[in-house]
Amino acid sequence: MTWPVLSIVTFLPLVGAFLILSIRGEEATVARNARNVALWTSTFTFLLSLFIWFGFERGTADFQFVDEAVWLPELGLVYKLGVDGISMPLVLLSTLLTPICVLASWESVKHRVKEYMIAFLVLETLMVGTFSALDIILFYIFFEAVLIPMFLIIGVWGGPRRVYSAFKFFLYTLAGSLLMLVAVLTIFFYMGTSDIPTLMEQADMPGSMQVWLWLAFFAAFAVKMPMWPVHTWLPDAHVEAPTAGSVILAGVLLKMGGYGFLRFSVPMMPQGTEFFIPLVFFLSVVAVIYTSLVALAQQDMKKLIAYSSVAHMGFVTLGIFVLNQQGIEGAVFQMLSHGVVSAALFLCVGVIYDRLHTREIERYEGLANNMPAYALVFMVFMLASVGLPGTSGFVGEFLVIVGAFQASSWIALLAATGMVLGAAYMLFLYRRIIFGALTKPDLKRLLDMNWRERAIFAPLIALVLWMGIYPASFLAIIGSSVEVLVERYHTALLQTEAPSLLALLGG
Amino acid sequence: MDAAVVFLPLIGAIVAGLFGRSLGNRGAQAVTCTSMVLSCLFALILFTRVPLGGEEPWVTPLFTWFESGRFQLSWALKVDSLSVVMMMVVTVVSTVVHFYSIGYMSRDKSVSRFMSYLSLFTFFMLMLVTSDNLVQMFFGWEGVGLASYLLIGFWYEKPSANNAAMKAFLVNRVGDVGFALGIAGVFFLFGAVDFANIFPHAEAEAAKTITIFGVTAPALEILCILLFVGAVGKSAQLGLHTWLPDAMEGPTPVSALIHAATMVTAGVFMVCRLSPLFEEAYVAREIVTYVGAITCFFAATVGISQNDIKRVIAYSTCSQLGYMFFAVGVSAYSAAMFHLTTHAFFKALLFLGAGCVIHSMHHDQDMRRMGGLYKKIPVTYAYMWIGSLALAGIGLPLGLIGLWDIGFAGFYSKDMVIEAAYAAHTGQGLFAYWMGVVAAVLTGLYSGRLIFMTFHGKPAIPEAYEQAHESPRAMILPLIVLAFGACFAGMLGYYFFVGDGRADFWGGALVSKKETVEHAHHVAAWVKMMPFFAGPLGFAIAWVAYRAQPDLAGAIAARFRPIYLFLLNKWYFDELYDRIFVRPAVALGRSLWIFGDQRTIDAFGPDGIAASTLVLARRATALQSGYIYHYAFSMLIGVVAFVTWYWVF
Repeated sequence: MTWPVLSIVTFLPLVGAFLILSIRGEEATVARNARNVALWTSTFTFLLSLFIWFGFERGTADFQFVDEAVWLPELGLVYKLGVDGISMPLVLLSTLLTPICVLASWESVKHRVKEYMIAFLVLETLMVGTFSALDIILFYIFFEAVLIPMFLIIGVWGGPRRVYSAFKFFLYTLAGSLLMLVAVLTIFFYMGTSDIPTLMEQADMPGSMQVWLWLAFFAAFAVKMPMWPVHTWLPDAHVEAPTAGSVILAGVLLKMGGYGFLRFSVPMMPQGTEFFIPLVFFLSVVAVIYTSLVALAQQDMKKLIAYSSVAHMGFVTLGIFVLNQQGIEGAVFQMLSHGVVSAALFLCVGVIYDRLHTREIERYEGLANNMPAYALVFMVFMLASVGLPGTSGFVGEFLVIVGAFQASSWIALLAATGMVLGAAYMLFLYRRIIFGALTKPDLKRLLDMNWRERAIFAPLIALVLWMGIYPASFLAIIGSSVEVLVERYHTALLQTEAPSLLALLGG
Repeated sequence: MDAAVVFLPLIGAIVAGLFGRSLGNRGAQAVTCTSMVLSCLFALILFTRVPLGGEEPWVTPLFTWFESGRFQLSWALKVDSLSVVMMMVVTVVSTVVHFYSIGYMSRDKSVSRFMSYLSLFTFFMLMLVTSDNLVQMFFGWEGVGLASYLLIGFWYEKPSANNAAMKAFLVNRVGDVGFALGIAGVFFLFGAVDFANIFPHAEAEAAKTITIFGVTAPALEILCILLFVGAVGKSAQLGLHTWLPDAMEGPTPVSALIHAATMVTAGVFMVCRLSPLFEEAYVAREIVTYVGAITCFFAATVGISQNDIKRVIAYSTCSQLGYMFFAVGVSAYSAAMFHLTTHAFFKALLFLGAGCVIHSMHHDQDMRRMGGLYKKIPVTYAYMWIGSLALAGIGLPLGLIGLWDIGFAGFYSKDMVIEAAYAAHTGQGLFAYWMGVVAAVLTGLYSGRLIFMTFHGKPAIPEAYEQAHESPRAMILPLIVLAFGACFAGMLGYYFFVGDGRADFWGGALVSKKETVEHAHHVAAWVKMMPFFAGPLGFAIAWVAYRAQPDLAGAIAARFRPIYLFLLNKWYFDELYDRIFVRPAVALGRSLWIFGDQRTIDAFGPDGIAASTLVLARRATALQSGYIYHYAFSMLIGVVAFVTWYWVF
C-alpha cells in the first residue's frame, strides 16, 4: 500500500470538523455551511473507504492496510492501524452511516448545528479508529473517547429527560471501561507488548489470570453490547437521543461490544472464554427471551426498537461464544445487518417523529392510507428485523442458530423462540402504526416521504436486500478471519493450562 | 425455461407494485396477467417434457447464497417430476385467480397492490417448490407466509383482517422454529443442507443416534419430527391450524389461491420432497399419520357446524390436508401428491364459486342469510355442485366389476389415499383408514349442507335475494378451467400419478420403500366400497336434515347442545391458546419491564447507586457544619476510638 488510506479515512472527518469549527458568520449561514461541509466530508470519507472494500484481499486472515508509526517511544507506545475481515465491514458500516446521519439531521436539528455536525464528524473518526486500532492502548483511547461526543449528542440535542439519560449512559459505560483499563494495563505490562496481532497469536497468559482479565473486559463489552442485565441504559438513551444519535448508537456503538469480544476476549483469553461460556449462554438466552417480551409491552416506538436491539445482540453474543465457524460468522453478519436495519428503523421513527413530534405508538394509526411509500420502506426494515429470508436479518440469525445447534440443541431452541417473539413485537408495532383506518385529523394531514428522505432509505434498502440475497460477498470477507480465530482458539486451549478454582481463589 | 416460470411472476409483481400508480389498474392487471400466462405456458411445457416426456431431471444453479465453512449452498432451480407437478398446479390456479381477481376486485381502490401481491406470492411459491436445498425451501416457505400475511391483511382498515394476518404469520412462525431447527440438525448430521448431498446418505445416517433436548433417539427420527413441525404450521394441521379459518378475512381469490390450492399444501410437498429422509424415520411417519388422521376428522366435525360459507370451505381444506398427511405418513407419497393436485382444482373452484356467491350477496358470507339462490345464479350453482361432488369423491367404482371407474376428481384421489392407509397394514394405517372413512361421510354432509343452505330452501332475506345477480363474465369464465380439472383431473391423472405409469411419471423423485400404493390396488373389495358409500351417505344425511326435514338440524343442535357448542367454537382451541400463550406473554412482558427492568435492575443499579451517592454526599455535607465544637467532638471520638483499638488488640 503506497498511501495510508486507512489513516486518511480515520482522520479525514476530523479535518472536516476543524473546517466547520473555522466557519464564522450569521447563524443561518453557519448552519448551512456546517451541514454542507459535514455532508461532503462524510460522503467523501465513505467513497474513500470503498477503496478499502475493493482493495481488501479476500481469503486471508492477515491484517491489511496496516499503517504503523512510533508514537510515544519513551512509553513504548505505537500508532498502528489495520483491518481484517471482522473489522473491515464494521469500518465501512461506520463510514456509511455517518453521511446518512448528517442527511437525516438536515432539517430536524435547528440549534447549535455547527457543534452538532462537529460532534458527528469527531464521532466518526473515533468509531473508525476503534475498529481499526491494532494497538491495545490506542484502542482503549478510541473506545473511551467515543463516549464523549455521544454523551454530548444525547445531553445537548436530546429530548426532555436527556440529562438523566446521558448520565445513565455515561456512568454505565464508564464503570465498565475503568475495569477494562486495568485489564489493558495488566496485559501491557505482563506481556510486554501492546501490539494486538502479537497478543492474538500468543494468547498464553496463565489460565487463572485470563479469567480475571476476561471478567474485566467483559464488564466493558457487556455494557456496550448491551447484555442483560446491564441493558437498561439503552432504552433511555435511545428515547432521549436525537434520531441520528440513535442511528449511530444502535448502528455502530453497540457493535463495539461484539467487536471487543472477538478482538480481545476470545483470542487473547481463550481459557477465560472457555470458563465463562455457560454464563454468556445464559445471559444471551435471557436477553433474547426477556427483552423480546419486554418489547412486546412498550408504548414508545423508540423504546420498542431499543429493546429489540438488546434481543438481537443476544444472538450476537450467543453466536460468538458457540465458537464455531457458523456461529461467529453469523454473529459478525448479524452485527452488520443489525447495524443497517436498526439504524433504518430509527430513521423510520424519525420520519414520523419529525412530522408529529411524538413517539407514542397510540398516537399513530392507518398511515398506509396517506404514506404508502413510507409504509413500504418501514415494511422492508420490519421484515429484515424479523429475519425474513431474503433480507439481511435472516442470514446472521440463521447462521447463529445453525452454529448454536452444534453446541447445544437447547440453546438453539431457546434462541429460536426469538424468531416468534421478534415477529410478534415487530408486527404488532407495524400494525398499530401503519394499518388501521385513518381517522385522526392531524394524521390525515401528514405528507409522504420527500426526496431527501427517500434518498436516505434507498441505499439502506439496497444493502438489506443485497446482504440477504447475496451474503456470500460479505461472508467471503469475514470467513477467513473467523476460521483462523476458531482454529487458534482451539489450539490455544490445548496449549495453556485450564484455570482451576483453587488457583482462582488463591489469586 | 425453468427460470422464466419462476421469475416472470416476480417481474410482474415488481412492475405492478412499484409502478402501479402510473400504470393504472388496467396496466397492472395486464402486466401481472401476461406474465402469469407466460409462466403458466412454460410450466405446462415443462410438464409435458419432464413427467410425461420422461426427460432427465436437472438443476439450474443461479449463484452462491451461503458460504460459511462447510455450510454452503446456492440459489438453484431444481426441475424434476415433483417440482414440475407443483409448478403446473401453482401456475394454473394462480393464472385463473389472477383473471378472476380482475372481476372480483374491480371496485377496490388498490387493484395494482392486490395484483402485485398475488404475483409475489406465486414467485415465492415457485421458489419453494423448485429449491434444491432446505434453506431455499425455507426462503420460499417464509416468503409465501409473508405474501399470505399481506393478502389476509389486504383490507388493512379492518381490525379483524389485521388480527387474522398477524395470527397467520405468528402461528406459522411457531412451526418455522421447528423447520429452522430441523435444518440446523440436518446440517449437524449430514454436514450439508442441499438435497444432492443429503439423500444419498440418508440410509447410512439412519442408524446414528443423537441427543437432542435431553432425548437420545435415532437422529433422523428427531430431525423429521422437527421438520414436520414446520409442515404442521404451514398446512394448518391440528395444533397449529387456528390461523387458517381466520385467514378467510382476506379477499376470496386469496383464499382460493393461498389457503386452499397452493400454500397450505406446501407442508405435504415438503414431506414428499424429503421422502428419502422420512422413509428412514418410522416413528416420525407414525406421528405424521396420526396427526393427519386426527386433523381430517377434527376439521370435518367443525366444518358441519360453521355458518360462514368460507369457513366451511376452510375447515374442509384443513380436513383434506389431513388426508394428504396420513397418505405421506403411510409412505403413499404419490397418492398424497395426486390428492394435492385434484384438491387444488376442486377446492379453488369451490372458493371462487363461493366468491361469486358472496359477490352476488353483496359481501355477505353468512349462509343463514342466503337460501334459494340457485334460480338467481345458476352458473355459480353448477360450479358449486361440481366442486362439491369432486370434494366428496362421488363416482362409480365400476372397476370392481371389470369396467372403468367413472367419477369426479376427488373420487380417484381420495379413495386412493384411504385405501393406501388400509394397505399399509399398520395400526396407525388402520386408524387413518377409519378416520378417513368417517371424515368422508362428514365431507358429504358439510358439502351438502353448504349447497342446500345456500341455494335451496326459502330465501332468508327476500330483499337480498331479489338483488342477487350472477357475477360478471370476468369471474365466471376463468372457472371453466378449474371445473374441467375438478371433473377430469382424476380420470386423466390416475394412470400417471398412482397407476401403472407412476414409475415413469415420477422418475425417482419420490422414494417409497413399502410401495403402499401398489398394495392399495389390491385391497379387499369392502375396503374400496367403504369410501364409495361414505360420500353419498353424507349427502343423504344433509338432504334429510336440511331439505326433507328442515327443522331436524336445529332440533339436533338443541338436543345435543354441548356437542354443538363444542363444534361451533372449534373445539375451543382459540380460547385455549389465548389463555395459555397470548395473554400470559403480554402480561409477562409488562411485568418483566416494570418489575425486572425498572424496579430491580434500575432501582438497585444506576438509580440506586446515584441515589445512595446523593445520600452519602448529603451526610458528608452535614458533617462540615463549620462549628468548631463539632470538629472538636469528632476529633475526640477519633482519639477515643484510636486508643481503644490499641488497648484492646
